[in-house]
Amino acid sequence: MPVRVIETIDIKRLDILDEKGNVDESLMPALSDIEIKGMYELLTLSRTFDHHALSLQREGRMGTYASIFGQEASQIGSALALEKSDWIFPSFREMGVYITMGYPLHMLFQYWGGDERGVKCPEGLNIFPVCVPVGTQTPHAAGAAMAAKYKGDKIAVACYFGDGGTSEGDFHESMNMAGVFKLPVVFICQNNQWAISVPRERQTASKTIAQKAAAYGFEGVQVDGNDIFAVYKATKEAVDKARRGDGPTFIECFTYRMSDHTTADDAARYRTKEEVDAWKAKDPILRLRLFMEKNGLWSEQYQKEVEEKAKTVVDEAIRTAEAIEHPEPKDMFTYTYEKLTPRQIKEMRDF
Amino acid sequence: MPKLNMVQAINLALREEMQRDKNVVILGEDVGRDGGVFRVTEGLLEEFGAERVIDTPLAESVIAGSAIGMALYGLKPIAEIQFMGFIYPAIDQIFSHAARVRSRSRGRFTCPIVVRAPYGAGIKAPELHSESTEALFCHMPGVKVVVPSSPYNAKGLLISSIRDPDPVIFLESTRLYRLIKEEVPEGEYAIPLGKARVVQEGKDITVISWGSMLHRSLQAVGGFDAEVIDLMTLNPFDEETIFKSVKKTGRVMIVHEASKTGGFGAEISATIAEDEILYLKAPIIRVTGYDVVMPLPKLEDYYIPTVERIRKGIEEAMKY
Ligand SMILES: Cc1ncc(C[n+]2csc(CCOP(=O)(O)OP(=O)(O)O)c2C)c(N)n1
Ligand SMILES: [Mg+2]
Repeated sequence: MPVRVIETIDIKRLDILDEKGNVDESLMPALSDIEIKGMYELLTLSRTFDHHALSLQREGRMGTYASIFGQEASQIGSALALEKSDWIFPSFREMGVYITMGYPLHMLFQYWGGDERGVKCPEGLNIFPVCVPVGTQTPHAAGAAMAAKYKGDKIAVACYFGDGGTSEGDFHESMNMAGVFKLPVVFICQNNQWAISVPRERQTASKTIAQKAAAYGFEGVQVDGNDIFAVYKATKEAVDKARRGDGPTFIECFTYRMSDHTTADDAARYRTKEEVDAWKAKDPILRLRLFMEKNGLWSEQYQKEVEEKAKTVVDEAIRTAEAIEHPEPKDMFTYTYEKLTPRQIKEMRDF
Repeated sequence: MPKLNMVQAINLALREEMQRDKNVVILGEDVGRDGGVFRVTEGLLEEFGAERVIDTPLAESVIAGSAIGMALYGLKPIAEIQFMGFIYPAIDQIFSHAARVRSRSRGRFTCPIVVRAPYGAGIKAPELHSESTEALFCHMPGVKVVVPSSPYNAKGLLISSIRDPDPVIFLESTRLYRLIKEEVPEGEYAIPLGKARVVQEGKDITVISWGSMLHRSLQAVGGFDAEVIDLMTLNPFDEETIFKSVKKTGRVMIVHEASKTGGFGAEISATIAEDEILYLKAPIIRVTGYDVVMPLPKLEDYYIPTVERIRKGIEEAMKY
């Protein structure tokens, strides 16, 4: 009997907005001018937040911080496709997602300043605290999606992680679970080409990360992660599909980490300046600006206003964060359990 | 003799053992090109090549598990877990396999691996970068646990750990990595596992500690006639040295950074109570971290046992 091909996989790649600001009209999502400007303003705000966070860290006013520089379109584009009622399971590099969902900026500074009160998600938002152990949030996304399905809630669950995260067992177990139960979850991988010093090709021998989804029986797509229109469109479709009950989607946002891994890292030890420079031309904010310029949505004056507004908002958030009183030492006991244990009560007497 | 910090001393131990034995290999996240996030493996990729200094995909279970496979096949792998807080995905492999290979195969196969991990608080790091859960590993028969407190000892203990025929968890205090420099000889010297070190002799109280808390303890004992013991190997631990000291002093204080309940202090304390209770003049005192989730940097200093808390512990024991 001849050997037959019993399955083939096609992996799609979505590009809408190119580096020069041109769009493929046939793929362009329906967005009003105001929505497009809103995207630009969020991108600028997130980058301003990021730059300020990096300088605060350098000045010793904040702890170790993981920059989002270069990945803004992946984060803002995807988060804009979500509703406040959706559930989000981030990793540690999603400040753009938090900002887009309306998370109070000062709390983000507070968190990175080493104060856990900063990740107490305000009511009305369902963003899980920053997840430090890589990949370990992915099962929670599958579980939350299963619960939403059980309860009949028409929400979607978004789960964020990096290219490195896709090497962890938890990631594969969650993808498998999501596939088997057709869960309403969108897996959003920001493939920023690096996991600290380890390049993408050392994480997986597969050509794309998107194709991992095929092994779990659902669709995986690669998008230009520096193209906010493509990221938005892919996420919107995936979220709508999840709400319809048509199961999970995997989105690989092909992007680049422009900064060091964190403020504790020195990327010059393992990657070349040429590589970083080549990605500068692909900047997500620059290309949206070029698009807006071509379409009469951008002027020098507008740019100035957007930048000033972002700076004012971020400065204000820093002031607010820095004015917050130091946490009480007793705070460290409060949330271990609902009630203090007898031993904790004794230990607390030290304070 | 060169003065080295702990990072350099461990690096030297790794280098010398790799030069001596070509079966010694290193694997872990960022251990190669980056030289490890703390630079402990700096220069080793250049000297020994990518087949012996392996930058793995980001997956702790396969780091530990493939180290086990390599060991079964005759290599001497040294796995690095980037921070102790990220060892949990590897625990399945360490507990279900590394710890039991010898037993399960009735000695036909063994598992001479070392799992190195930076541990402990004090460097104002993000969540899960400050854990000290050594007691978890001490609880598992089949696993040895070593915690050096100085560059000289780190080198000698690591050499012994690499040569040891059984799995060793080797915990390196991030706070000590660059804090102290001392003379570390080049060339072979091994400090045996399972032996404690009397750092300072004394008559009134035995202070037992390890890793970074040893230094806090040494700062705290000023003015007291205290005998200070650096445990160095937690499992199997040196009962003999402890008993000898307790017989002399009649008072004991154990200091560790990990939270109190189920911490390794409990095991030491119970062992002393079982064997030497008739020599005790005072209750055994434990000064430890609190029973809480390790706080983020803003409250970190309130969590770690302070010199003052340790002194109070000694004063308490000395009331008797
Ligand atoms: C389980 C676990 N192992 C190791 C680490 C240390 N670490 C933090 S981030 C990181 C690389 C993550 O790479 P990737 O998933 O691509 O995300 P990125 O940092 O690029 O956003 C590593 C190894 C960790 N936080 N958690
Ligand atoms: Mg990455």
